[in-house]
Amino acid sequence: MTNSSTTSKPTGTGVLARHQAELDAGRFLIQRCGACQRAVYFPRVLCPHCGAEEPALVAPAGTGAVYAVTTVRRKPEAGGDYNVSIVELDEGVRLMSRVEGMPPADVRIGLRVRARVVVPPGGSGMVVFDAITGDAA
Amino acid sequence: MTTLKQLRGSAAIAGVATYGCGESPGHTDMELLAEAARRAVADAGLAMKDIDGLCTASASATMWAMPVVEYLGLRPSYIDSTMLGGSSFIAHLLPAMQALASGQCNAVLVCYGSAQRTATFGRREVVASRRYLDPQPYETPYEPMQPLSAYALAASRHMHEFGTTRRDLAEVAVAARAWARLNPEAFMRDPLSIDDVLNARMVCDPLTVRDSCLVTDGAGAFVLVRADRARDLPREPVHVLGTGTAVWNRQISSMHDLTTTAARDSGRAAFDMAGLSPRDIDVVQLYDAFTINVLLFLEDLGFCAKGEGGAFVRGGAIAPGGRLPVNTNGGGLSCVHPGMYGIFALIEAVRQLRGEGGDRQVAGARTALAHGNGGTLSSQATAVLGLAQTL
Repeated sequence: MTNSSTTSKPTGTGVLARHQAELDAGRFLIQRCGACQRAVYFPRVLCPHCGAEEPALVAPAGTGAVYAVTTVRRKPEAGGDYNVSIVELDEGVRLMSRVEGMPPADVRIGLRVRARVVVPPGGSGMVVFDAITGDAA
Repeated sequence: MTTLKQLRGSAAIAGVATYGCGESPGHTDMELLAEAARRAVADAGLAMKDIDGLCTASASATMWAMPVVEYLGLRPSYIDSTMLGGSSFIAHLLPAMQALASGQCNAVLVCYGSAQRTATFGRREVVASRRYLDPQPYETPYEPMQPLSAYALAASRHMHEFGTTRRDLAEVAVAARAWARLNPEAFMRDPLSIDDVLNARMVCDPLTVRDSCLVTDGAGAFVLVRADRARDLPREPVHVLGTGTAVWNRQISSMHDLTTTAARDSGRAAFDMAGLSPRDIDVVQLYDAFTINVLLFLEDLGFCAKGEGGAFVRGGAIAPGGRLPVNTNGGGLSCVHPGMYGIFALIEAVRQLRGEGGDRQVAGARTALAHGNGGTLSSQATAVLGLAQTL
Protein backbone atom coordinates (compact mmCIF):
# COMPACT_ATOMS: atom_id res chain seq x y z
CA MET A 1 0.00 0.00 0.00
CA THR A 2 1.14 3.53 -0.69
CA ASN A 3 1.09 6.49 1.62
CA SER A 4 0.65 9.09 -1.08
CA SER A 5 -2.24 11.41 -0.49
CA THR A 6 -4.49 13.07 -2.99
CA THR A 7 -6.70 16.08 -2.85
CA SER A 8 -8.59 15.20 -6.02
CA LYS A 9 -11.75 14.34 -4.09
CA PRO A 10 -13.39 16.30 -1.27
CA THR A 11 -13.08 14.71 2.13
CA GLY A 12 -16.52 14.40 3.69
CA THR A 13 -17.21 14.22 7.38
CA GLY A 14 -19.22 10.98 7.50
CA VAL A 15 -17.62 7.60 8.15
CA LEU A 16 -18.30 6.33 4.63
CA ALA A 17 -16.85 9.48 3.05
CA ARG A 18 -13.72 9.41 5.22
CA HIS A 19 -13.16 5.70 4.59
CA GLN A 20 -13.58 6.21 0.85
CA ALA A 21 -11.27 9.25 0.88
CA GLU A 22 -8.59 7.09 2.49
CA LEU A 23 -9.13 4.41 -0.16
CA ASP A 24 -8.90 7.04 -2.88
CA ALA A 25 -5.56 8.01 -1.33
CA GLY A 26 -4.42 4.39 -1.46
CA ARG A 27 -5.03 3.52 2.20
CA PHE A 28 -7.23 0.61 3.35
CA LEU A 29 -8.57 1.12 6.88
CA ILE A 30 -10.86 -0.89 9.11
CA GLN A 31 -12.21 0.05 12.54
CA ARG A 32 -11.14 -1.00 16.03
CA CYS A 33 -13.59 -0.32 18.88
CA GLY A 34 -11.93 1.46 21.79
CA ALA A 35 -14.49 0.04 24.24
CA CYS A 36 -14.62 -3.67 23.38
CA GLN A 37 -11.44 -3.87 21.27
CA ARG A 38 -13.25 -5.77 18.52
CA ALA A 39 -12.40 -5.14 14.87
CA VAL A 40 -15.24 -3.81 12.72
CA TYR A 41 -15.81 -3.82 8.96
CA PHE A 42 -17.53 -2.18 7.17
CA PRO A 43 -16.95 1.12 9.05
CA ARG A 44 -19.96 2.64 10.81
CA VAL A 45 -20.87 5.24 13.43
CA LEU A 46 -21.32 2.77 16.28
CA CYS A 47 -19.73 -0.51 17.26
CA PRO A 48 -22.06 -3.34 16.16
CA HIS A 49 -20.69 -5.49 18.99
CA CYS A 50 -21.06 -3.20 22.02
CA GLY A 51 -22.81 -0.06 20.77
CA ALA A 52 -19.93 2.26 21.69
CA GLU A 53 -19.53 5.44 19.70
CA GLU A 54 -17.61 5.53 16.49
CA PRO A 55 -14.73 3.05 16.48
CA ALA A 56 -11.41 4.49 15.32
CA LEU A 57 -10.23 3.91 11.77
CA VAL A 58 -7.01 1.88 11.87
CA ALA A 59 -4.76 0.17 9.36
CA PRO A 60 -5.16 -3.63 9.27
CA ALA A 61 -2.18 -5.92 8.69
CA GLY A 62 -3.70 -6.41 5.24
CA THR A 63 -3.32 -10.18 5.27
CA GLY A 64 -6.05 -12.77 5.42
CA ALA A 65 -7.55 -15.80 3.73
CA VAL A 66 -10.28 -16.46 1.18
CA TYR A 67 -13.41 -17.42 3.15
CA ALA A 68 -15.88 -18.01 0.31
CA VAL A 69 -15.49 -17.85 -3.44
CA THR A 70 -17.42 -17.73 -6.69
CA THR A 71 -16.59 -17.20 -10.33
CA VAL A 72 -19.07 -14.95 -12.08
CA ARG A 73 -19.35 -16.25 -15.63
CA ARG A 74 -19.25 -13.58 -18.30
CA LYS A 75 -18.90 -13.78 -22.06
CA PRO A 76 -15.31 -13.31 -23.29
CA GLU A 77 -16.34 -10.34 -25.42
CA ALA A 78 -17.73 -8.67 -22.27
CA GLY A 79 -14.47 -9.19 -20.38
CA GLY A 80 -14.61 -12.86 -19.42
CA ASP A 81 -15.10 -14.62 -16.10
CA TYR A 82 -14.18 -12.88 -12.87
CA ASN A 83 -13.69 -13.73 -9.23
CA VAL A 84 -15.83 -12.52 -6.34
CA SER A 85 -14.59 -13.60 -2.92
CA ILE A 86 -15.32 -12.99 0.70
CA VAL A 87 -11.98 -12.52 2.46
CA GLU A 88 -11.48 -12.91 6.19
CA LEU A 89 -8.77 -10.59 7.44
CA ASP A 90 -6.43 -11.76 10.20
CA GLU A 91 -8.19 -9.19 12.45
CA GLY A 92 -11.30 -11.41 12.15
CA VAL A 93 -13.50 -9.24 9.95
CA ARG A 94 -14.73 -10.14 6.47
CA LEU A 95 -15.30 -8.15 3.33
CA MET A 96 -16.34 -8.74 -0.24
CA SER A 97 -13.50 -8.31 -2.71
CA ARG A 98 -11.71 -10.12 -5.52
CA VAL A 99 -8.44 -11.96 -5.88
CA GLU A 100 -6.35 -10.75 -8.80
CA GLY A 101 -3.35 -12.12 -10.64
CA MET A 102 -4.62 -15.68 -11.10
CA PRO A 103 -7.36 -17.43 -13.05
CA PRO A 104 -10.71 -17.13 -11.20
CA ALA A 105 -11.12 -20.92 -11.18
CA ASP A 106 -7.86 -21.27 -9.20
CA VAL A 107 -8.99 -19.14 -6.26
CA ARG A 108 -9.67 -21.54 -3.38
CA ILE A 109 -11.09 -21.18 0.11
CA GLY A 110 -8.18 -20.92 2.54
CA LEU A 111 -5.85 -19.24 0.05
CA ARG A 112 -3.67 -16.74 1.91
CA VAL A 113 -4.01 -13.25 0.43
CA ARG A 114 -2.73 -9.71 0.94
CA ALA A 115 -4.74 -6.51 0.42
CA ARG A 116 -3.86 -3.92 -2.19
CA VAL A 117 -5.72 -0.70 -2.97
CA VAL A 118 -6.40 0.07 -6.60
CA VAL A 119 -7.54 3.50 -7.71
CA PRO A 120 -8.82 3.45 -11.29
CA PRO A 121 -8.11 6.70 -13.19
CA GLY A 122 -10.90 9.08 -12.23
CA GLY A 123 -12.56 6.33 -10.19
CA SER A 124 -12.93 5.37 -6.57
CA GLY A 125 -10.32 3.44 -4.64
CA MET A 126 -11.13 -0.16 -3.81
CA VAL A 127 -9.51 -3.06 -1.98
CA VAL A 128 -8.43 -6.11 -3.95
CA PHE A 129 -6.26 -9.04 -2.92
CA ASP A 130 -3.27 -10.95 -4.28
CA ALA A 131 -2.26 -14.48 -3.36
CA ILE A 132 0.64 -14.75 -0.93
CA THR A 133 2.99 -17.40 -2.25
CA GLY A 134 5.86 -19.35 -0.73
CA ASP A 135 6.96 -19.06 2.90
CA ALA A 136 5.16 -15.75 3.34
CA ALA A 137 1.81 -17.54 3.13
CA MET B 1 -50.31 -9.61 28.54
CA THR B 2 -50.90 -12.09 25.74
CA THR B 3 -48.08 -14.59 25.29
CA LEU B 4 -47.08 -16.06 21.96
CA LYS B 5 -48.20 -19.48 23.14
CA GLN B 6 -51.66 -18.03 23.82
CA LEU B 7 -51.76 -16.85 20.21
CA ARG B 8 -51.11 -20.43 19.02
CA GLY B 9 -53.94 -21.37 16.68
CA SER B 10 -55.82 -18.14 17.46
CA ALA B 11 -55.98 -17.22 13.77
CA ALA B 12 -56.63 -19.28 10.69
CA ILE B 13 -56.18 -18.91 6.98
CA ALA B 14 -59.70 -18.96 5.56
CA GLY B 15 -59.00 -18.27 1.89
CA VAL B 16 -56.13 -18.47 -0.58
CA ALA B 17 -55.60 -17.79 -4.27
CA THR B 18 -52.90 -17.50 -6.88
CA TYR B 19 -53.29 -15.74 -10.19
CA GLY B 20 -51.33 -15.13 -13.36
CA CYS B 21 -48.47 -17.49 -12.47
CA GLY B 22 -45.99 -17.98 -15.29
CA GLU B 23 -46.52 -15.35 -17.97
CA SER B 24 -49.23 -12.69 -17.90
CA PRO B 25 -48.15 -10.22 -20.56
CA GLY B 26 -49.80 -6.83 -20.57
CA HIS B 27 -50.70 -6.84 -16.88
CA THR B 28 -49.43 -4.59 -14.12
CA ASP B 29 -48.28 -5.78 -10.71
CA MET B 30 -51.44 -4.26 -9.25
CA GLU B 31 -53.78 -5.97 -11.69
CA LEU B 32 -52.31 -9.37 -10.85
CA LEU B 33 -52.42 -8.62 -7.12
CA ALA B 34 -56.04 -7.44 -7.28
CA GLU B 35 -57.23 -10.53 -9.12
CA ALA B 36 -55.49 -12.81 -6.59
CA ALA B 37 -56.97 -10.71 -3.76
CA ARG B 38 -60.49 -10.92 -5.22
CA ARG B 39 -60.23 -14.70 -5.54
CA ALA B 40 -58.75 -15.21 -2.06
CA VAL B 41 -61.51 -13.14 -0.44
CA ALA B 42 -64.15 -15.07 -2.38
CA ASP B 43 -62.45 -18.36 -1.42
CA ALA B 44 -62.83 -17.31 2.22
CA GLY B 45 -66.56 -16.78 1.70
CA LEU B 46 -66.16 -13.07 2.37
CA ALA B 47 -66.68 -9.86 0.41
CA MET B 48 -64.02 -7.19 -0.10
CA LYS B 49 -66.02 -4.91 2.24
CA ASP B 50 -65.31 -7.42 5.06
CA ILE B 51 -61.56 -6.82 4.76
CA ASP B 52 -60.37 -4.40 7.44
CA GLY B 53 -56.72 -5.42 7.63
CA LEU B 54 -54.10 -5.29 4.87
CA CYS B 55 -50.56 -6.67 4.61
CA THR B 56 -48.60 -6.16 1.41
CA ALA B 57 -45.13 -5.36 0.09
CA SER B 58 -43.52 -4.59 -3.24
CA ALA B 59 -39.96 -4.88 -4.51
CA SER B 60 -40.26 -1.58 -6.36
CA ALA B 61 -42.82 0.74 -4.71
CA THR B 62 -41.76 1.98 -1.28
CA MET B 63 -45.25 3.17 -0.25
CA TRP B 64 -47.01 0.13 -1.74
CA ALA B 65 -49.78 -0.23 0.89
CA MET B 66 -51.34 3.07 -0.16
CA PRO B 67 -51.95 2.31 -3.85
CA VAL B 68 -53.17 -1.18 -2.86
CA VAL B 69 -55.68 0.31 -0.39
CA GLU B 70 -56.79 2.75 -3.06
CA TYR B 71 -57.06 0.15 -5.84
CA LEU B 72 -59.03 -2.35 -3.75
CA GLY B 73 -61.27 0.33 -2.21
CA LEU B 74 -60.36 -0.63 1.37
CA ARG B 75 -60.48 1.38 4.61
CA PRO B 76 -58.33 -0.84 6.79
CA SER B 77 -57.98 -0.35 10.54
CA TYR B 78 -54.80 -2.47 10.44
CA ILE B 79 -51.99 -1.98 7.88
CA ASP B 80 -48.59 -3.68 7.65
CA SER B 81 -46.31 -3.06 4.71
CA THR B 82 -43.13 -4.32 6.30
CA MET B 83 -40.73 -5.14 3.48
CA LEU B 84 -38.22 -7.90 4.23
CA GLY B 85 -37.96 -9.24 0.68
CA GLY B 86 -39.31 -12.68 -0.06
CA SER B 87 -40.06 -13.56 3.56
CA SER B 88 -42.36 -10.54 3.99
CA PHE B 89 -45.73 -12.26 3.68
CA ILE B 90 -44.86 -14.93 6.23
CA ALA B 91 -43.37 -12.23 8.47
CA HIS B 92 -46.72 -10.42 8.24
CA LEU B 93 -48.47 -13.30 10.06
CA LEU B 94 -47.53 -12.61 13.68
CA PRO B 95 -48.42 -8.89 13.79
CA ALA B 96 -51.65 -9.73 11.96
CA MET B 97 -52.49 -12.37 14.57
CA GLN B 98 -51.89 -9.80 17.31
CA ALA B 99 -54.10 -7.29 15.52
CA LEU B 100 -56.86 -9.89 15.20
CA ALA B 101 -56.49 -10.98 18.83
CA SER B 102 -56.73 -7.41 20.09
CA GLY B 103 -59.83 -6.71 18.04
CA GLN B 104 -58.06 -4.05 16.00
CA CYS B 105 -59.41 -5.79 12.90
CA ASN B 106 -61.44 -8.84 11.89
CA ALA B 107 -60.21 -10.00 8.49
CA VAL B 108 -56.69 -9.47 7.17
CA LEU B 109 -55.87 -9.70 3.47
CA VAL B 110 -52.21 -10.52 2.72
CA CYS B 111 -51.43 -9.96 -0.96
CA TYR B 112 -48.64 -9.72 -3.51
CA GLY B 113 -48.39 -9.38 -7.27
CA SER B 114 -45.52 -8.99 -9.70
CA ALA B 115 -45.24 -8.97 -13.47
CA GLN B 116 -41.47 -9.14 -13.31
CA ARG B 117 -41.14 -11.59 -16.20
CA THR B 118 -43.08 -9.66 -18.81
CA ALA B 119 -43.09 -6.07 -17.50
CA THR B 120 -41.17 -3.52 -19.52
CA PHE B 121 -39.85 -2.07 -16.27
CA GLY B 122 -38.68 -5.38 -14.95
CA ARG B 123 -36.10 -6.96 -12.75
CA ARG B 124 -33.12 -5.47 -14.60
CA GLU B 125 -34.38 -1.93 -14.12
CA VAL B 126 -35.37 -2.54 -10.51
CA VAL B 127 -31.86 -3.85 -9.77
CA ALA B 128 -30.30 -0.84 -11.50
CA SER B 129 -32.44 1.69 -9.64
CA ARG B 130 -31.85 -0.06 -6.33
CA ARG B 131 -28.15 0.75 -6.64
CA TYR B 132 -29.12 4.33 -5.96
CA LEU B 133 -32.10 3.84 -3.64
CA ASP B 134 -30.60 1.05 -1.50
CA PRO B 135 -26.82 1.29 -1.94
CA GLN B 136 -24.38 -1.38 -0.79
CA PRO B 137 -21.12 0.54 -1.26
CA TYR B 138 -18.96 -2.22 0.23
CA GLU B 139 -20.16 -4.92 -2.17
CA THR B 140 -21.26 -3.23 -5.40
CA PRO B 141 -17.73 -2.25 -6.57
CA TYR B 142 -16.87 -5.95 -6.91
CA GLU B 143 -19.82 -6.52 -9.25
CA PRO B 144 -21.44 -9.52 -7.60
CA MET B 145 -24.28 -10.75 -9.79
CA GLN B 146 -26.92 -10.43 -7.10
CA PRO B 147 -28.69 -12.22 -5.68
CA LEU B 148 -27.05 -15.24 -7.33
CA SER B 149 -23.44 -14.50 -6.30
CA ALA B 150 -24.37 -14.28 -2.62
CA TYR B 151 -25.94 -17.73 -2.67
CA ALA B 152 -23.00 -19.09 -4.68
CA LEU B 153 -20.61 -17.79 -2.00
CA ALA B 154 -22.66 -19.53 0.69
CA ALA B 155 -22.72 -22.71 -1.39
CA SER B 156 -18.94 -22.61 -1.77
CA ARG B 157 -18.55 -22.39 1.98
CA HIS B 158 -21.05 -25.21 2.61
CA MET B 159 -19.15 -27.44 0.18
CA HIS B 160 -15.84 -26.53 1.84
CA GLU B 161 -17.00 -27.12 5.42
CA PHE B 162 -19.21 -30.18 4.96
CA GLY B 163 -18.19 -31.88 1.72
CA THR B 164 -21.49 -31.02 0.06
CA THR B 165 -21.31 -31.69 -3.68
CA ARG B 166 -22.82 -30.15 -6.79
CA ARG B 167 -24.70 -33.44 -7.15
CA ASP B 168 -26.33 -32.84 -3.74
CA LEU B 169 -27.43 -29.40 -4.92
CA ALA B 170 -28.74 -30.93 -8.14
CA GLU B 171 -30.90 -33.34 -6.10
CA VAL B 172 -32.86 -30.30 -4.88
CA ALA B 173 -33.58 -29.04 -8.39
CA VAL B 174 -34.52 -32.52 -9.64
CA ALA B 175 -36.90 -33.11 -6.72
CA ALA B 176 -38.55 -29.73 -7.32
CA ARG B 177 -39.05 -30.59 -10.97
CA ALA B 178 -40.50 -34.00 -10.15
CA TRP B 179 -43.12 -32.26 -7.96
CA ALA B 180 -43.72 -29.60 -10.64
CA ARG B 181 -44.52 -32.33 -13.15
CA LEU B 182 -47.50 -33.18 -10.93
CA ASN B 183 -48.69 -29.57 -10.71
CA PRO B 184 -50.62 -28.08 -13.68
CA GLU B 185 -49.83 -24.55 -12.38
CA ALA B 186 -46.04 -25.08 -12.50
CA PHE B 187 -44.17 -23.08 -15.13
CA MET B 188 -41.45 -25.66 -15.96
CA ARG B 189 -42.65 -29.26 -16.26
CA ASP B 190 -40.16 -30.91 -18.64
CA PRO B 191 -38.19 -33.86 -17.28
CA LEU B 192 -35.00 -32.85 -15.44
CA SER B 193 -32.16 -35.19 -14.42
CA ILE B 194 -29.16 -34.80 -12.14
CA ASP B 195 -26.94 -34.71 -15.23
CA ASP B 196 -29.13 -32.01 -16.78
CA VAL B 197 -28.44 -29.81 -13.75
CA LEU B 198 -24.72 -30.64 -13.61
CA ASN B 199 -24.32 -29.94 -17.34
CA ALA B 200 -26.43 -26.78 -17.37
CA ARG B 201 -24.86 -23.40 -18.04
CA MET B 202 -22.73 -22.32 -15.09
CA VAL B 203 -23.64 -18.80 -13.95
CA CYS B 204 -21.88 -18.29 -10.61
CA ASP B 205 -19.80 -21.29 -9.55
CA PRO B 206 -20.97 -23.67 -8.13
CA LEU B 207 -24.50 -22.70 -9.20
CA THR B 208 -25.85 -23.28 -12.70
CA VAL B 209 -28.93 -21.81 -14.30
CA ARG B 210 -30.80 -24.95 -13.13
CA ASP B 211 -29.72 -24.30 -9.53
CA SER B 212 -31.50 -20.95 -9.84
CA CYS B 213 -35.14 -19.99 -9.45
CA LEU B 214 -37.44 -19.03 -12.25
CA VAL B 215 -38.27 -15.48 -13.23
CA THR B 216 -42.04 -15.48 -13.69
CA ASP B 217 -45.09 -13.30 -13.28
CA GLY B 218 -47.57 -14.16 -10.58
CA ALA B 219 -49.72 -13.09 -7.69
CA GLY B 220 -50.83 -14.66 -4.44
CA ALA B 221 -53.17 -13.71 -1.62
CA PHE B 222 -54.61 -15.16 1.55
CA VAL B 223 -57.12 -14.11 4.19
CA LEU B 224 -56.48 -14.47 7.92
CA VAL B 225 -59.33 -14.36 10.48
CA ARG B 226 -59.79 -15.33 14.13
CA ALA B 227 -60.13 -19.08 14.58
CA ASP B 228 -63.69 -18.92 15.91
CA ARG B 229 -64.85 -17.02 12.84
CA ALA B 230 -62.93 -19.34 10.51
CA ARG B 231 -65.06 -22.24 11.74
CA ASP B 232 -68.16 -20.50 10.34
CA LEU B 233 -66.63 -19.89 6.90
CA PRO B 234 -66.92 -22.35 4.01
CA ARG B 235 -63.31 -23.57 3.82
CA GLU B 236 -61.61 -25.91 6.27
CA PRO B 237 -59.58 -23.55 8.50
CA VAL B 238 -55.79 -23.82 8.40
CA HIS B 239 -54.57 -22.60 11.77
CA VAL B 240 -51.33 -20.73 12.37
CA LEU B 241 -49.84 -22.79 15.19
CA GLY B 242 -46.58 -20.90 15.36
CA THR B 243 -44.59 -18.30 13.47
CA GLY B 244 -41.39 -16.32 13.84
CA THR B 245 -39.17 -13.88 11.96
CA ALA B 246 -35.43 -13.22 12.27
CA VAL B 247 -32.89 -10.95 10.56
CA TRP B 248 -29.16 -10.96 11.28
CA ASN B 249 -27.66 -9.08 8.33
CA ARG B 250 -28.34 -7.45 4.98
CA GLN B 251 -25.20 -8.07 2.96
CA ILE B 252 -23.79 -11.53 2.40
CA SER B 253 -20.35 -10.25 3.49
CA SER B 254 -21.90 -9.27 6.86
CA MET B 255 -23.37 -12.71 7.47
CA HIS B 256 -22.04 -14.07 10.76
CA ASP B 257 -21.43 -17.52 9.31
CA LEU B 258 -22.19 -18.30 5.66
CA THR B 259 -23.56 -21.74 6.48
CA THR B 260 -25.98 -20.81 9.27
CA THR B 261 -28.93 -18.53 8.57
CA ALA B 262 -31.33 -16.66 10.83
CA ALA B 263 -33.82 -19.45 10.01
CA ARG B 264 -32.34 -21.08 13.10
CA ASP B 265 -34.04 -18.35 15.18
CA SER B 266 -37.23 -17.96 13.11
CA GLY B 267 -37.69 -21.73 13.08
CA ARG B 268 -37.09 -22.11 16.80
CA ALA B 269 -39.60 -19.34 17.52
CA ALA B 270 -42.21 -20.93 15.25
CA PHE B 271 -41.75 -24.42 16.70
CA ASP B 272 -41.72 -23.12 20.29
CA MET B 273 -44.99 -21.26 19.75
CA ALA B 274 -46.51 -24.29 18.02
CA GLY B 275 -45.25 -26.73 20.65
CA LEU B 276 -44.12 -28.98 17.81
CA SER B 277 -40.81 -30.19 16.41
CA PRO B 278 -39.65 -30.95 12.86
CA ARG B 279 -40.61 -34.64 13.17
CA ASP B 280 -44.25 -33.54 13.66
CA ILE B 281 -44.38 -31.85 10.24
CA ASP B 282 -46.04 -33.70 7.35
CA VAL B 283 -45.22 -31.36 4.46
CA VAL B 284 -42.52 -28.69 4.07
CA GLN B 285 -42.42 -25.63 1.81
CA LEU B 286 -39.01 -23.88 1.74
CA TYR B 287 -38.06 -20.70 -0.10
CA ASP B 288 -35.86 -22.22 -2.81
CA ALA B 289 -34.47 -19.19 -4.60
CA PHE B 290 -31.44 -21.40 -5.23
CA THR B 291 -30.73 -25.06 -4.53
CA ILE B 292 -28.40 -24.24 -1.61
CA ASN B 293 -31.33 -22.59 0.21
CA VAL B 294 -33.09 -25.90 0.71
CA LEU B 295 -30.02 -27.53 2.28
CA LEU B 296 -29.46 -24.54 4.59
CA PHE B 297 -33.10 -24.39 5.69
CA LEU B 298 -33.46 -28.16 6.22
CA GLU B 299 -30.50 -27.84 8.58
CA ASP B 300 -31.38 -24.54 10.27
CA LEU B 301 -35.03 -25.53 10.81
CA GLY B 302 -33.93 -28.80 12.41
CA PHE B 303 -34.97 -31.39 9.82
CA CYS B 304 -31.36 -32.59 9.87
CA ALA B 305 -28.11 -31.66 11.61
CA LYS B 306 -25.93 -28.78 10.40
CA GLY B 307 -23.86 -29.94 7.45
CA GLU B 308 -26.01 -32.98 6.70
CA GLY B 309 -28.38 -31.31 4.23
CA GLY B 310 -26.57 -32.83 1.26
CA ALA B 311 -26.83 -36.34 2.65
CA PHE B 312 -30.43 -35.71 3.67
CA VAL B 313 -31.66 -34.97 0.13
CA ARG B 314 -29.75 -37.75 -1.68
CA GLY B 315 -31.60 -40.42 -3.62
CA GLY B 316 -34.79 -38.45 -4.15
CA ALA B 317 -35.47 -38.12 -0.42
CA ILE B 318 -37.42 -34.85 -0.81
CA ALA B 319 -38.99 -35.80 -4.17
CA PRO B 320 -42.40 -37.47 -4.61
CA GLY B 321 -42.27 -40.78 -2.74
CA GLY B 322 -39.29 -39.68 -0.65
CA ARG B 323 -38.99 -39.54 3.13
CA LEU B 324 -40.01 -35.86 3.45
CA PRO B 325 -42.20 -34.02 0.92
CA VAL B 326 -40.49 -30.65 0.25
CA ASN B 327 -41.77 -27.95 -2.12
CA THR B 328 -44.69 -29.97 -3.42
CA ASN B 329 -45.77 -27.31 -5.94
CA GLY B 330 -42.36 -27.38 -7.65
CA GLY B 331 -41.08 -24.42 -5.62
CA GLY B 332 -39.40 -21.30 -6.93
CA LEU B 333 -37.11 -23.54 -8.95
CA SER B 334 -39.87 -25.00 -11.15
CA CYS B 335 -43.32 -23.60 -10.26
CA VAL B 336 -43.40 -19.83 -9.81
CA HIS B 337 -41.03 -17.05 -8.67
CA PRO B 338 -42.11 -13.49 -9.38
CA GLY B 339 -39.38 -11.95 -7.20
CA MET B 340 -40.78 -12.63 -3.72
CA TYR B 341 -41.79 -16.28 -3.45
CA GLY B 342 -42.74 -16.62 0.23
CA ILE B 343 -46.48 -16.15 -0.19
CA PHE B 344 -46.57 -19.05 -2.66
CA ALA B 345 -44.84 -21.36 -0.16
CA LEU B 346 -47.54 -20.52 2.38
CA ILE B 347 -50.38 -20.97 -0.13
CA GLU B 348 -49.05 -24.38 -1.19
CA ALA B 349 -48.89 -25.41 2.48
CA VAL B 350 -52.56 -24.42 2.87
CA ARG B 351 -53.58 -26.29 -0.28
CA GLN B 352 -51.84 -29.44 0.95
CA LEU B 353 -53.57 -29.24 4.34
CA ARG B 354 -56.93 -28.77 2.62
CA GLY B 355 -56.27 -31.83 0.48
CA GLU B 356 -56.35 -29.79 -2.74
CA GLY B 357 -52.98 -30.98 -4.07
CA GLY B 358 -54.41 -33.16 -6.84
CA ASP B 359 -51.76 -35.51 -8.22
CA ARG B 360 -49.16 -34.04 -5.87
CA GLN B 361 -51.27 -34.33 -2.71
CA VAL B 362 -49.42 -35.65 0.33
CA ALA B 363 -51.89 -38.14 1.79
CA GLY B 364 -53.19 -37.27 5.23
CA ALA B 365 -51.17 -34.07 5.71
CA ARG B 366 -52.26 -32.46 8.99
CA THR B 367 -49.29 -30.17 9.65
CA ALA B 368 -47.17 -28.07 7.33
CA LEU B 369 -44.22 -25.73 7.56
CA ALA B 370 -43.78 -22.76 5.23
CA HIS B 371 -40.51 -20.84 5.28
CA GLY B 372 -39.67 -17.53 3.64
CA ASN B 373 -36.28 -16.00 2.88
CA GLY B 374 -35.50 -12.46 1.79
CA GLY B 375 -32.58 -10.48 0.43
CA THR B 376 -29.33 -12.42 0.21
CA LEU B 377 -29.91 -14.93 3.03
CA SER B 378 -30.89 -11.82 5.01
CA SER B 379 -34.41 -12.22 6.40
CA GLN B 380 -36.04 -15.45 7.51
CA ALA B 381 -39.67 -16.12 8.48
CA THR B 382 -41.22 -19.46 9.40
CA ALA B 383 -44.82 -20.56 9.86
CA VAL B 384 -46.10 -23.84 11.29
CA LEU B 385 -49.66 -24.55 10.14
CA GLY B 386 -52.13 -27.23 11.16
CA LEU B 387 -55.69 -28.45 10.75
CA ALA B 388 -58.26 -28.17 13.56
CA GLN B 389 -57.32 -31.56 15.07
CA THR B 390 -53.78 -30.27 15.75
CA LEU B 391 -55.00 -27.48 18.04
